Order: sequence, then structure tokens, then C-alpha cells
Amino acid sequence: MFPFTYTRATSVHEAIEAGERGGRYIAGGTTLVDLMRETVERPRALVDIVGLPLSDVSATPRGGLRIGALARMADVAADPVVRQTYPAVAQALELSASAQLRNMATIGGNVMQRPRCAYFRDVSAPCNRREPGSGCSALEGYNRTHAILGTSEHCVATHPSDLAVVLTALEATVHMVGPEGRRATPIGQFLLQPGDTPDREQDLRPGELIVALEIPPLPRPLRSGYLKVRDRESYEFALTSVAVALHIRGGVIHTAKVAAGGVGTIPWKLPAVEQHLVGRRPSPDLWAQAAERAADGARPLVHNGFKTELLRRTVERQLRIVGGRS
Amino acid sequence: MSTDVQEPELQPEEGRPSPLSRRTFIAATGTATGVAVAAGVTGSGTRPVSATEDVASELADGTTSQVSFLLNGRRQSLVVDNRASLLDLLRERLDLTGTKKGCDAGACGACTVHVDGRRVNACLTFAARLDGAQVTTIEGLAPDGDLHPLQRAFIEQDALQCGFCTPGQIMSGVACIREGHTESPEEIREWMSGNICRCGCYVKIVRAVDHVATGGR
Ligand SMILES: Cc1cc2nc3c(=O)[nH]c(=O)nc-3n(C[C@H](O)[C@H](O)[C@H](O)COP(=O)(O)OP(=O)(O)OC[C@H]3O[C@@H](n4cnc5c(N)ncnc54)[C@H](O)[C@@H]3O)c2cc1C
Ligand code: SF4
Ligand code: FES
Ligand code: FES
Repeated sequence: MFPFTYTRATSVHEAIEAGERGGRYIAGGTTLVDLMRETVERPRALVDIVGLPLSDVSATPRGGLRIGALARMADVAADPVVRQTYPAVAQALELSASAQLRNMATIGGNVMQRPRCAYFRDVSAPCNRREPGSGCSALEGYNRTHAILGTSEHCVATHPSDLAVVLTALEATVHMVGPEGRRATPIGQFLLQPGDTPDREQDLRPGELIVALEIPPLPRPLRSGYLKVRDRESYEFALTSVAVALHIRGGVIHTAKVAAGGVGTIPWKLPAVEQHLVGRRPSPDLWAQAAERAADGARPLVHNGFKTELLRRTVERQLRIVGGRS
Repeated sequence: MSTDVQEPELQPEEGRPSPLSRRTFIAATGTATGVAVAAGVTGSGTRPVSATEDVASELADGTTSQVSFLLNGRRQSLVVDNRASLLDLLRERLDLTGTKKGCDAGACGACTVHVDGRRVNACLTFAARLDGAQVTTIEGLAPDGDLHPLQRAFIEQDALQCGFCTPGQIMSGVACIREGHTESPEEIREWMSGNICRCGCYVKIVRAVDHVATGGR
């Protein structure tokens, strides 16, 4: 690990100033410390933001949810308002990492976490995210856990967050504060597909700090849930995962929000699935027909062809789980 | 999740922030120049420091920090290299070797300790961040000469073979019981999944946690 200076920010203003001067924010540290030890990350100045008053979780006036960026994953998962209004959020968090890591890690850091691609973590391997222009080792290498959607010839790594899949399905907004003031962006635009610049992972400008994530209100009653499929039952990243939220009234689906994880370079919204559901009556056939559209546009690599069918089946099963109860 | 971890390289600090990584730089300038520049940087006063060395004189350059925290009920005030993890500090400097290093990457739970009453991974915790915190390790779980009920349960249930994961399992288990995630063996398994046991003692570990959670019934 390379040496670095360490300061604790005592206000948002102070943090942004330090960030603008090139300081790197550290929240829970569960991504950053790990990658610094591997020398993948080499910040020279760490700015500790964990003491800032940005950890409130609250219902918004019209029934949405605002989660402070520095709220810990464990605390958000246990929050009664979260569990009651958006169970999918609590489920995704409790299916992430471990109890220890969730006690440390924050919501902002979770959305900001970096790829788990083994070549990205190995500084001796070419990797365009780590060293632009050096090449992508995963394209010709072992790519079983990599993405089938949103890939480019420059990078095929998945976005590893579970929570971000739910936030993408529910069309959450990322609230930021920076040297130029406040700004808000839909999460679907905040997280960037690799394209020609895989090293640019988020729409976050120098010095900008995520202050909160906000889920907009959705019509009630709302059923939501998160399903994660992985190589072992716990403490593992997703091979595929699906977040579903359905508003069913008078026997008809009026609102459907669906996104998938483990398959895209960013959490993958599934508009074709959503559109097929809206205006129709829940039935096993409907779940199957909608799920058929889940992998549209997928481009499997040598070792991850199984994800195409696994994704369809994960979507179908989760639609049945969330929508099947009457 | 990657569990194969390399030894961290200790390298001299580069002189100034540079958009080029060290490797790109050496490749771009030829080995001879690269080495000359690296040597120049080393000669200019920065040097690789062992992550746990006590170097008060280095406070001045900002890469060390003064911290004061409660460790197993006793105050510790010391200067730490900013790179030092709580895990290395405990094991290498404070002689508390009960906390184990498995993966050094958050992936095994062997290093589990309590910070302000919550179970965390000491390997991913920079010691410099602990100013004002309360830390409990396996050594501080019970008063001297005594055993915590979960320690006793591990012995009674024979919940270990090599014992390497055991301190982490016990620290995690104590927190798991306190959090109340012990309604069923399945729930215990899920909430203890952050602690890997290479010897595969899971059945008995769950039994020991369950035993204490249910008041020894
Ligand atoms: C073994 C292991 C298993 C895991 N399994 C899972 C899993 O199954 N599912 C899952 O979703 N995640 C998993 N994770 C990832 C974990 O959830 C993330 O590491 C964690 O959420 C990151 O949050 P943090 O607060 O620790 O971030 P940090 O490590 O502190 O920061 C991460 C990055 O975000 C930046 N940052 C942090 N906060 C802000 C902010 N407010 N504004 C701007 N920038 C910010 C930092 O500068 C840094 O670049 C796992 C991690 C490990 C080590
Ligand atoms: S997939 Fe992306 S992160 Fe992995 S080696 Fe290729 S460029 Fe790097
Ligand atoms: S040593 Fe493995 S989690 Fe810390
Ligand atoms: S007892 Fe050997 S690793 Fe758990």
C-alpha cells in the first residue's frame, strides 16, 4: 500500500473542499481499503466522511424513501420504514456481503463500489478500467462471472452491487453536493456503461459527494422483492439477480418495475419486461411471456452463455414470487 | 468474490501525483530512466515504512496519525502509520494475536472484532480511523481467567478443529446473539455466513450459537 494522508471532515463543506483538492472520500472503507492494499487504488489523501450527518433514513412526504449516503447497509436493512415500504431494499441489503461488512459499509459507497473482476484486482494483468488502453484480460480470459449486457470491446465487468439493482428498478435519484452546488441524477444515468471509457464509472465530478439516494413514491399497494442467484447460498456476489415491484389493482397490473443484476455492466433495467406486464392480469403464462424478453440484446462471452437462460428463469421465478400471491 | 490475495507491495512513494501509473511510466520512459527516477524519489526522504512501525517523527508529513481509543477497556494512545489496519496493529504491535488474519480482504471473517459494539472486519479497518472508538477483541470478551458463555459452548459442542477461525466465529456469534438473528438454525447459518471455517465445523458452530442464544436449553 502506498502512503497517504488522513483527515476527518467535520462538515460537508470541508469534505467538498478537500475533495476538490484531490482528496479521496472514505466511508465504510470496505471497497477502498481492499483495493488500496492491492495497489489498484493509490490515493494520496483520504478524507474520512463517515462522521458527517448524512445517515438519516426517512419517508418522503408523498410516500417515497430518502436514504442518507452514509447510512450503514445493516441499519438501512433493519429500518422499519424501509422494511415496510420497500421490502426489496431490505432484502437486497441482507443478501449482500456479510453481517460484518454491512455494519461497516455505507449506501453511498455501495453504489460507488468498483468491479469484482479478478483481472481488475490483479495489477499485473492488463485492464482498461485500471489502466486505460492496456487491454481487457477478461475478453480472452476466464469470463464466467462477467456481463452479457451493456458490454463494450473495452470492458465486460458487471456492476457488483445488489442494492443498485433495486434502486435502478425503482428509478431512484442520486443526490450530490459539490463545489458548484447541489445536483440530482437518475441512477440509470449516474452509473455509466463502459463504452470507450471504462475507467469512468459514474457521473460524479471532482469534489462531488453523494448525500442521499431517493426512491420516488409509487402507487400503493406495492409488492416488491429481490431474488439473488449465486454459486453459494450466502456471502457471494450474484450470478443473476432480479428486483421486481408491482402495483396490482382490480386484478390488473398497473405498474411494473423490473431490473436485473449480475448480467449488466450496470444494473440492467428491463423495460421490455415491464411493458409486457402493464395492463395485463397476473398469471403463470404472463410471467413466462414477460421473462422471455429479459435477455433481449444479450451478448454472451465464452464462459457465461448460461447467464442468458438463467436470467430469464430468474425473472420468471421472481415475477411469480412477487406477483403470484393474490 | 476474490479470496486469493497477494502480499501488499511496499514501494517508495512517488514524488508527486501523476496521471501515469508507475508501470505505464516505466514502460513509457524505458527501464533505465524509470529506475533512476524511482531511486531519486527514495533518496529524497520518503521511504517505505512498515505498516505498523511507530514513527512519531513522521507525523509531520501527515502519513501517520495520533489515535486514542479504548481497547478491551484500557486506553491506548499511539501514533499509527495511516496504512496500518486494526488487525495488523493488534497482532504486530499490541501483541494481541487472538484476532486472526485469513484473507486480509473482508472475505473470511477470521479478523472479526467489535468496534463500538458492532462486529466488523479488522482487516478492512484503518487504525487511524479509531480515534474515540471502543474496540473489543477475543482477549477482552470475558474478564481475565474467565470464559464467555459462547467460548464455553464452543468447547462443550466441540465446535472447532484447527481453531484458526474460532476467535472470529466467537466474536461474530456474540454479536449475532445480541442482534437477535438466532430464531432458527437457518437464520444463524445465514447471519454467521461472514465467517468461513475451512475445517467445516459449521454444524457444531451453529449448535453452539443456538445453545447460548436459547439460554442453554
Ligand atoms: C468480501 C466482500 C463481499 C461483498 N459482497 C457484496 C455483495 O454480495 N453485494 C454487494 O452489493 N456488495 C458486496 N460487497 C461490496 C460492499 O457492499 C461494498 O464494498 C460497500 O458497500 C462499499 O461501501 P463503503 O462505505 O465501505 O465504501 P468505501 O470503500 O468507503 O468507498 C467506496 C468508493 O466510494 C467512494 N465513496 C464512498 N462514499 C461516497 C460518497 N458519499 N460520495 C462520493 N463518493 C463516495 C469512495 O471514495 C470509494 O471510491 C462485498 C464486499 C466484500 C469485501
Ligand atoms: S472486464 Fe473490465 S475490469 Fe475486467 S479486465 Fe476487462 S477492462 Fe478490466
Ligand atoms: S482477514 Fe479475512 S475478513 Fe479480515
Ligand atoms: S476450525 Fe479450522 S478453520 Fe474453522
